[in-house]
Amino acid sequence: MFDETSRFPDLPNAPGVGYKPQHFQNIMDDAGVVGWLEIHAENYMGAGGRPLAQLRHLAERFPVSVHGVGLSIGGEGALDAEHLKRLKHLVDWLNPTVFSEHLAWSSHENAFLNDLLPLPYTNDTLTRVADHIDQLQEVIGRQMMLENPSSYLAFAESTWAEPDFLREVARRTGCGLLLDVNNVFVSATNLTYDPRDYIAAYPLDLVGEIHLGGHDEDTDDHGAPLLIDSHGKPVVDPVWALLDHTLALSGPRPILIEWDNDVPDWPELESEAARAAAALAKVPA
Amino acid sequence: MTVTQTEFRTALLDGAQPTPEGLRNADGRAAGRRFDVYRNNVAVSLTEALETGFPVIRKLLGEENFKGITGIYLRQSPPESPVMMYYGASFPDFLRGFEPLKHIGYLGDVAALEMALRRSYHAADAEAAGGDVLARVPPEQLEQVRLQFAPSVEVLSSPWPIHDIWRFNMVDGADKPRAEAQDVLVTRPEFDPELHLMPTGGGAFVTALMAGAPLGQAAAQATTIAPDFDLGGCLALLLTGHAITTATT
Repeated sequence: MFDETSRFPDLPNAPGVGYKPQHFQNIMDDAGVVGWLEIHAENYMGAGGRPLAQLRHLAERFPVSVHGVGLSIGGEGALDAEHLKRLKHLVDWLNPTVFSEHLAWSSHENAFLNDLLPLPYTNDTLTRVADHIDQLQEVIGRQMMLENPSSYLAFAESTWAEPDFLREVARRTGCGLLLDVNNVFVSATNLTYDPRDYIAAYPLDLVGEIHLGGHDEDTDDHGAPLLIDSHGKPVVDPVWALLDHTLALSGPRPILIEWDNDVPDWPELESEAARAAAALAKVPA
Repeated sequence: MTVTQTEFRTALLDGAQPTPEGLRNADGRAAGRRFDVYRNNVAVSLTEALETGFPVIRKLLGEENFKGITGIYLRQSPPESPVMMYYGASFPDFLRGFEPLKHIGYLGDVAALEMALRRSYHAADAEAAGGDVLARVPPEQLEQVRLQFAPSVEVLSSPWPIHDIWRFNMVDGADKPRAEAQDVLVTRPEFDPELHLMPTGGGAFVTALMAGAPLGQAAAQATTIAPDFDLGGCLALLLTGHAITTATT
């Protein structure tokens, strides 16, 4: 159980963006409405060179969130001890404002599959995920936030609803939650439930950060809509509406724009962040 | 009906395997194409990592062939670590052993050069010795000097013109590759790795120095390969490329 007293070292309740090296100079010159940055931990695990030098400069000017994409917290096997060491090294060196990871698995039997793979929501999974989060929080010496996944399918064996599962993981481990509103929209469409019901069931008081991103549209074998979390496009209007709905219930939160593929020039990314700033401005503090 | 991660992983990497039975769509029917989203994510993301990491191999093979060959490689050798910047370390050996490409002998060495450039880019920073570091050594001690190298320095010796092949594919207006064996040196004066063609024997010289041999012994080894070995030119290359951190006697 993580010590509650250090809960949520503060990211500002402002828009942030996922940092891409091609935007380094734009951000250093004039970051506009962008008040903080998020990096993928695994991209900064080299020994030196430009990536770490740029990150050092950015961290002097902006709060930085470290977002892990490779720990495989839901993996059936033990956490990768080498990877835990790398995460600890990065967190010790950078001293980021927050650290987050995913409710997913990505490594199994010595293979890292480079995708966030889905988990059945069972008591066994709950125990395993909670043990792994305890272990991570112990190693890095701070609280982490756990992010809800985007789902394309369901497991017949699941016995927990996702919001309840996340609430229970947080209760057992003392971790915070990262709410990806686009993932809620994608999963709700794919698994045919009302995203507002999901938000209503979600423990919003534990949310330290919100993610937004673009998705692709496809259909499944039966012609039903199949949305894919691609992070390669602007955020769609129904997701902005779901953000407004969420913020009205939760109050203001740090909001991240994720754009990882077909990355646009800085002005387009900054204009997405400006839209998040406008959504925050409507919320009573 | 449980789905193990072994079962999931096997089906993920092999499109001929059926989708695990315990995976469903919203109304309880088999997941079908929904599982293909994960199959596609894995294959596309790993292929893209290899495209980014091996741009010259991609040009040499052409887009279609590259995708076909990396499709085999990524299933046979998925990453062993989440640190994707180093993915593909075994790709040069895979290319050397891949029967349909045996007739293009240089592919493995060119891939090894691309991997070396990537390692150099991410290597630890180091303070280079001044350009006069050797001038400050008393002449009678020069032969005994040992040099320490920056972690970003890489050296490769190939029976193929790997320097020329790399430049011809990456630098506008570069000359056509010469038919010759080439030794190359990678240095990183600040953040961008630089590729240098070394004089004949240079590969053996730098390799010996990096293994800890004193200067005189390393030069003698190079001379057995190339009787007219250009020692001065090679040392100038190392010093101007910020390759050397210290010289000890």
